[in-house]
Amino acid sequence: MSSPLSPHLQVYRWQITSILSILHRITGIVSSLGAIILIIFIYSISAGEETFQILISLSENIFIRTILIGLTFSYLFYFLNCLRHLFWDVGIGLDLNTAKLTGWITILFTVLLTVLFWVLIMIEY
Amino acid sequence: MVQFNLPDNSKLTDGDYYKSEKDNENIKKFKIYRWSPDDEKNPRMDTYEVDLDDCGPMVLDAVMKIKSEIDTSLTFRRSCREGICGSCAMNIDGTNTLACTKAISDVKGDVKIYPLPHMPVIKDLVTNLKTLYKQLKSIKPWLINKKQSADDTENIQSRDDREKLDGLYECILCACCSTSCPSYWWNSDKYLGPAVLLQSYRWLQDSRDEERKERLKELDDTFKVYRCHTIMNCTQACPKGLNPAKAIAGIKQMIAQQ
Repeated sequence: MSSPLSPHLQVYRWQITSILSILHRITGIVSSLGAIILIIFIYSISAGEETFQILISLSENIFIRTILIGLTFSYLFYFLNCLRHLFWDVGIGLDLNTAKLTGWITILFTVLLTVLFWVLIMIEY
Repeated sequence: MVQFNLPDNSKLTDGDYYKSEKDNENIKKFKIYRWSPDDEKNPRMDTYEVDLDDCGPMVLDAVMKIKSEIDTSLTFRRSCREGICGSCAMNIDGTNTLACTKAISDVKGDVKIYPLPHMPVIKDLVTNLKTLYKQLKSIKPWLINKKQSADDTENIQSRDDREKLDGLYECILCACCSTSCPSYWWNSDKYLGPAVLLQSYRWLQDSRDEERKERLKELDDTFKVYRCHTIMNCTQACPKGLNPAKAIAGIKQMIAQQ
């Protein structure tokens, strides 16, 4: 009988660094797709006030709002984690404890900035 | 090729249960991956109850106790029992490490033991490391220095240059890091993986080596080095506390700078 393949993803314990790594890829894809939504908003401005108002009221829909909040999280996480990658590329922050710490800081700031962003928007409107 | 699920012949089934004869409070369950080429069956997870009052402190002690007292067919590699040979590398409690330096008391709950991940299994916890050894050979893990070797004297190195090899030369090639790396899982045919790249960096950093340029040229390829996405499972797994992720970043920098 031919050799089986030993279990991998099924059994390997997730690490903070590996979770952030896969999240980086996911938010990268989500952010790219989210660009379409941004373009729709920008287009609506050029299409005139009426169209823009329709979009704004649409964004108050709980489902669409959730998507927008998710998108904010995605952009912020991707941006902050890109900073980690930039530092790594010049050889800074690669010690295990530093990488873990910057990972947690990235999560913390992503959440804080996402909350701050939406609180500000909700106060404005 | 990225294949998240295990192939049909590799899917795990429930195995046998070996109950301890003693009625002891200090019993720990060891769940161990079993597969034999003679069985014509899928791999299974056998459970062994081990009396910790009558067992050494390390996971390897328990595994050896199981083999000598409960089930002699259990197959694994081991040699030095002190973390210098690299033979007993396996996946314990979800991460790769050496069974001989992993304390049983560090594992909460049942101790789950699998072979090194995403490797062809030869028997039980013994995997086939042929690909990894072939990759190691490809990076020429030896000193290339024609000039000095010819005049029959020592290859002198300054203290500072020697220090550059610290954190690199200690690698025992146990393969814990390479087999912990998702990139290596999906591309082990083309990506060299952390263990081999750390070795490569060890020779790139050697002041006595004359082949630096050629070595870097050989590595400058979309797969060999650049499948590393700094996931850092390698550094977290290394039982010697080395940092392959940092070494790979060093190689990337050297390629960029030349």
